[in-house]
Amino acid sequence: MIHHDVIVVGGGLAGLRAAIEAKRAGLDVAVLSQVHPGRSHSGAAQGGINAALGNHPEGRDDSWEKHAFDTTKGGDFLGDQDAIVQMTKDAIEVIYEMDHWGCPFSRYEDGRITQRPFGGAGFPRCCYGADKTGHYLLHTLVEQAYKHQVKLYVEQYVCKLIVHEGICQGVVAYDMIRGGFEAFSGGAVIIATGGAGRIYANSTNALINTGGGMAMAYHAGVPLKDMEFIQFHPTGLYSTNILMTEAARGEGGYLVNGLGERYMEKYAPKFMELAPRDIVARAGQTEINEGRGINGQPYVYLDLRHLGAEKILERLPGIRDLAIHFEGVDPIEEPIPVVPSQHYTMGGIDTNVDGATIMPGLYAAGECACVSVHGANRLGGNSLLETIVFGRRAGADVFRYLESRPDKRPPNARAAFAAVQAMEDKVEALARAEATENAYALRTEMALVTKEHFGVFRDEAGMKAGLDKLLSIKERSAKVGLRYTGNVFNLDLIRTLDLEGMIDVALCMAMGALNRTESRGAHYRTDYTKRDDANWLKHTLAYYRPGEAGPRLDYKPVTLGYFEPEERKY
Amino acid sequence: MAEITFRVKRQDPQDKKNPEAHWEDYKITYEGNLTVLEGLFYIQEKYDGSLAFRYCCRASVCGSCAMYIDGAYRLACQTNVKHLDSAGSPDPVVTVAPMPHLPLVKDLVCDMTDFFAKYEYIMPWLIRKSPDPEKELLQSPKDRKKLDMPIDCILCGCCYSSCPSVWGEENYLGPAALLKAYRFEVDSRDEARKDRLSRWDNERGVYRCHTIMNCVEACPKELVPTEGIQWLKRAAIRRRLFGRLK
Repeated sequence: MIHHDVIVVGGGLAGLRAAIEAKRAGLDVAVLSQVHPGRSHSGAAQGGINAALGNHPEGRDDSWEKHAFDTTKGGDFLGDQDAIVQMTKDAIEVIYEMDHWGCPFSRYEDGRITQRPFGGAGFPRCCYGADKTGHYLLHTLVEQAYKHQVKLYVEQYVCKLIVHEGICQGVVAYDMIRGGFEAFSGGAVIIATGGAGRIYANSTNALINTGGGMAMAYHAGVPLKDMEFIQFHPTGLYSTNILMTEAARGEGGYLVNGLGERYMEKYAPKFMELAPRDIVARAGQTEINEGRGINGQPYVYLDLRHLGAEKILERLPGIRDLAIHFEGVDPIEEPIPVVPSQHYTMGGIDTNVDGATIMPGLYAAGECACVSVHGANRLGGNSLLETIVFGRRAGADVFRYLESRPDKRPPNARAAFAAVQAMEDKVEALARAEATENAYALRTEMALVTKEHFGVFRDEAGMKAGLDKLLSIKERSAKVGLRYTGNVFNLDLIRTLDLEGMIDVALCMAMGALNRTESRGAHYRTDYTKRDDANWLKHTLAYYRPGEAGPRLDYKPVTLGYFEPEERKY
Repeated sequence: MAEITFRVKRQDPQDKKNPEAHWEDYKITYEGNLTVLEGLFYIQEKYDGSLAFRYCCRASVCGSCAMYIDGAYRLACQTNVKHLDSAGSPDPVVTVAPMPHLPLVKDLVCDMTDFFAKYEYIMPWLIRKSPDPEKELLQSPKDRKKLDMPIDCILCGCCYSSCPSVWGEENYLGPAALLKAYRFEVDSRDEARKDRLSRWDNERGVYRCHTIMNCVEACPKELVPTEGIQWLKRAAIRRRLFGRLK
């Protein structure tokens, strides 16, 4: 058993920022990550990070209040407004902090950080480094983690929480390099494992974004909140769903249908291509569904040609490379075929503004958490912000929690050994199983069900059929087994263990969506097309029921107090 | 439907019965495009669950899947088999091997421990001595432009594996770590002065680079580590003669 004061699971922006904060407070902190932290999915973020710095010439009247309003409205008023205010206030400070730590933001002539317009924002407040902002921020925090000597356990697949008498006291991890399961005990655990994009077949997300952290918390009894709210990004590459940043439109790119029309005119005449993502994704999907894709094909064009080579090479070099490598299209010469693609999980582990869950000792931050600041639809540029703001807050609160705990006893060793034993038994059973189902086939099947039945447009009949299929997949998943039992870098083991959590997270999403008889943000139902504040201005909570197929659903009120819900028009 | 053979270098040093490296062929059928990474998943799912390889973003930004493919350093996710020389043949065969000259964990997974130890050794973080201003540290676009090349590094390890100076001297820091040193030394906001200098201004540092330029050829992001290393050599001399780095 290995012990540290704090165990952080996940080495992306939220995990690293939490670890650095806890370390700077004097705690002994370890980060466990399935990949080297520098390879985390945060690094794939492109467009930028929002903060009302007022650096842009047209952004001088910007303020954190306006940022908070845009975020609330963008999220169709489901976000908790106290949390949103906290985030937009902290935003300015954390951007300067990242700058002081060396983040290479792009610069104006006078040396200040550049900002660009982004979807759903009243002012250009998205701070950026070319179109590689996530990569720059991530490497800056990796560097700071090394500087502060945060202990990094790399290529550790964390698969179970250690819970003793209702208190979280550590995790169990499979050591991918040396093999075997090990207990990492700690006074507190911070889950920062990112989103669950891979429960969809058409995701922009990294292949490791399987929602594992969400599943661990869920299985330990902590509810998942608002899981039905899945963001579809309007511009994933047609053939691979690889992300084409919103910054392409922020810099002036057009969305064009098969008739050559800038179709956003019909859907958001004022904001055009820079309306919030849910609206732009629905518009694109509508054009495709109604046969106005390019040459009748199921995609539309993202056209950057009028921006000119110089601007594309300076501001959007990353997506140009991606379009060339993965779609065979140079955006300087040709329009890019794009399609709405699963991009972000607005929901996640239910936490308060300090990242704390209902379970003492268990925290969550970043995309795997739901504070909630994004409500029913996240604005572009707010996810990087959320990771850093709430990672930092969680790291600070862990220190307060450990200081204030009346019970200073070390974590219970017997509980840790029992948790390791439980994992070993599980693997043993998988190895002996007479497998009649194939884990990879089931995973593919599940991801196609979510794509088909819980996509941009949803309705009762479609979702019911989808839920039935998911329940049957869940049943069949009990019959999978391991084909390889080696110790080292056993991908068969990891990908088989992933399956259970992925299906359970998908079931939370599906049942939440089916139950919510309204349209709000990214959850759009063709049979209930209006938002229904009288009945549905509330968060969904999904609780695990051991032995049952799906979750128990409960609801809790949204925190208002700053802005009254109004109809969204863009 | 197209068909292609992947010839994969397999080795499990832990396997007592068969610890040696050997090649295995796998037939893959696909429609449209196929990346090498997709091919490896196909093998892992359909033929052999024991195949080990690293992956994460599948969009060439994370640096996980650097390999030696058809005799060149490439990211598996970024490599469309149609773009390989072998693609033209009627019975195409793609060879996939781990990055050479690195210790092996299993199959296509190399041990990157030394690589990251050297990265850490050069103090890869911005060093500041002055108190932080209330707002951002100002930096002109001209100074910021100097960072464009080195900050695109994804730490994949291709350059490190390709460098003959690394093969010959295990303590040589190698191109990636030195490029990172350059990234900070050239940054107008960095105030390290002498702090980092002794780490790279020695025979295990920049002077072990003989401008063979393998790193430039190997880099899947088309970066030029040699340029950074040469800048550091000039900077070290400036430092000795005039007492300043930049």
